[in-house]
Amino acid sequence: MERAAYERLRWRSIRRGLLEVDIALTRFLDEEFGKLSEAEQQAFAELADYEDLELWHLISGQAECEDARLAPIVAMLRKS
Amino acid sequence: MNIPVLKFDAVIVGAGGAGLRSAIQLSEAGLKTAVLSKVFPTRSHTVAAQGGVAASLGNSEEDHWRWHMYDTVKGSDWLGDQDAIEFMCKKAVEVVVELEHYGMPFDRTDNGKIYQRPFGGHMSNFGEKPVRRSCAAADRTGHAMLHAMYQRNVKANTQFFVEWMALDLIRDSEGHVVGVTAMEMETGQVVIFHTRATIFATGGAGRIFHSSTNAFINTGDGLGMAARAGIPLEDMEFWQFHPTGVAGAGVLITEGVRGEGGILRNNSKERFMERYAPNAKDLASRDVVSRAMATEIKEGRGCGPNKDYVLLDITHLDPATIMKRLPGIREISIQFAGVDPIKEPIPVVPTCHYQMGGIPTNYAGRVIVPDNGSFDNVVPGFYAAGECACASVHGANRLGTNSLLDLLVFGKSAGDSAVEDLKNGKAHRDLPANAADYSLSRVAAIDSRKGGSSVAEARLAIQRTMQDHAGVFRFNDMLKKGAAQILEVEKQVLNLEIKDKSQVWNTARMEALETENLIEVAKATMISAEARKESRGAHVRDDAPDTPEFPNGRNDKEWLKHTIWHRDGNKIEYKPVNLNPLTVETVALKTRSY
Repeated sequence: MERAAYERLRWRSIRRGLLEVDIALTRFLDEEFGKLSEAEQQAFAELADYEDLELWHLISGQAECEDARLAPIVAMLRKS
Repeated sequence: MNIPVLKFDAVIVGAGGAGLRSAIQLSEAGLKTAVLSKVFPTRSHTVAAQGGVAASLGNSEEDHWRWHMYDTVKGSDWLGDQDAIEFMCKKAVEVVVELEHYGMPFDRTDNGKIYQRPFGGHMSNFGEKPVRRSCAAADRTGHAMLHAMYQRNVKANTQFFVEWMALDLIRDSEGHVVGVTAMEMETGQVVIFHTRATIFATGGAGRIFHSSTNAFINTGDGLGMAARAGIPLEDMEFWQFHPTGVAGAGVLITEGVRGEGGILRNNSKERFMERYAPNAKDLASRDVVSRAMATEIKEGRGCGPNKDYVLLDITHLDPATIMKRLPGIREISIQFAGVDPIKEPIPVVPTCHYQMGGIPTNYAGRVIVPDNGSFDNVVPGFYAAGECACASVHGANRLGTNSLLDLLVFGKSAGDSAVEDLKNGKAHRDLPANAADYSLSRVAAIDSRKGGSSVAEARLAIQRTMQDHAGVFRFNDMLKKGAAQILEVEKQVLNLEIKDKSQVWNTARMEALETENLIEVAKATMISAEARKESRGAHVRDDAPDTPEFPNGRNDKEWLKHTIWHRDGNKIEYKPVNLNPLTVETVALKTRSY
């Protein structure tokens, strides 16, 4: 991912309404994001566009991800 | 340098609840209105508000705004201004009904009215018995509010500038506010918003503390900008804390954990609450538990390498009970504390939640400053609402669900005041020469500095200093040390260096600019807290204990007054509390007990 696109994604991931999501996505970007394939990085970017509550419900296991492309990233977010 | 100038009737900085509510008033009045936000509006921190919004609708049982007013004054420990409190409690019904008309999906009763639930501190008949006053939309009240108000703004043609960060207020030689400078993150371009009205709705600054429930965006940008422009900050020593946030993360562990048998332990595994509250032990009230935790940490009995947290132990509970009665706690604990609470205790610490003080305003949302012996001098062109403002309705302690009410009522009144002030069609006042120079020089310094301090380290130094010296329970010696230490940390903040020198999407630069705002709030808080020698509401000092002469440590004879902190020289002055409501008799001083 080129620098500006990554930085934009980073800002959108770590400046959220909910602290829980801020922390979970910061950690994921710092520790896991670099290891992902381009398609997986794209899937993460799509998830980062979700509303805060929606995303938190997915990460905390209160909801299941119905999009098969995004579900593996959700699983990784839960573990990280 | 040639800086682009965008001309609007009004600019609102912040697109959370207060900003969106103000913008509706301005745009619907036909004024050309811009809203700047670091994030997309529905991602503002208002989204985290779950409890509801207080209004004495009386849908479930008899209620009255005067009872709500009484609860708010009492909650504030009599530091709230009673004119503003009357205004807010009276207006509550109107703003909630308006919100419903904007499409807010409030929970409903069987007969279709807004359903109201009970909430701590909401009482009927002047403190007699609990009353159902909170209006909510399931557990997503803040989220639903943001959506309803954002849609309304889109319809009213409010212009949103998303992922823009305001940098500084622009004031002319007579002190009028004539706009702000702001940076578009995507380009790194600094722009002047030249306006006739500027409204700050930038939220709280809970990130000054190491343990905070606030999202990362809550860096007190409005407070930093106001302070740098010579506007003092009011009652900044008052911050609401929650006893059990995950140490280091701030994510809340519900009080239900102690209700189910959770035990707090210090570094020798001692159940220390037995010493502080022999009967209630771990189930003692929020403030008693918070103070006991802070005392253990202060006296060296905290856990971990820095001895800066205690442990919340549920390992003795049946795992099935934990899973059934405390859903989500295991996940939160694993995710944010890195421990499985079935096997290991959870590190917890009293955690900052809400800022009661802020930019001083009257109940019309106009910013007011001291001058010539009066404290009510309006700063022309400048308004503030929501958590960044201090009207003051929360005084020394906020009543639950009054935060959403605050942003609706004062967001609206700030908008209305701006509409009224602009209705004569007055032209824009001239921009001062080189209006953007101050901001440009701040940005250039950060961009070009070599051998300076790291942003992450400076921010951590602020947060550690605040947490250790001005936390939930305050000690004279620590406050004194903290006041000296925060000025040392300021030197670090004035010397920030970033490695990334890119022009576009430079998040390191944004974080440096945020840190320059945090330090202003941190200084205001520490210095105001050190100066106030009594205990009141959320400001509790070890050396101002509960005595017959001063119940709860509150000393009305000397300290029934608002703190006004000036950035220039860290000067403090005090302004009287307004004990006179608008139309009813005063809520007379009394000891605050529940």
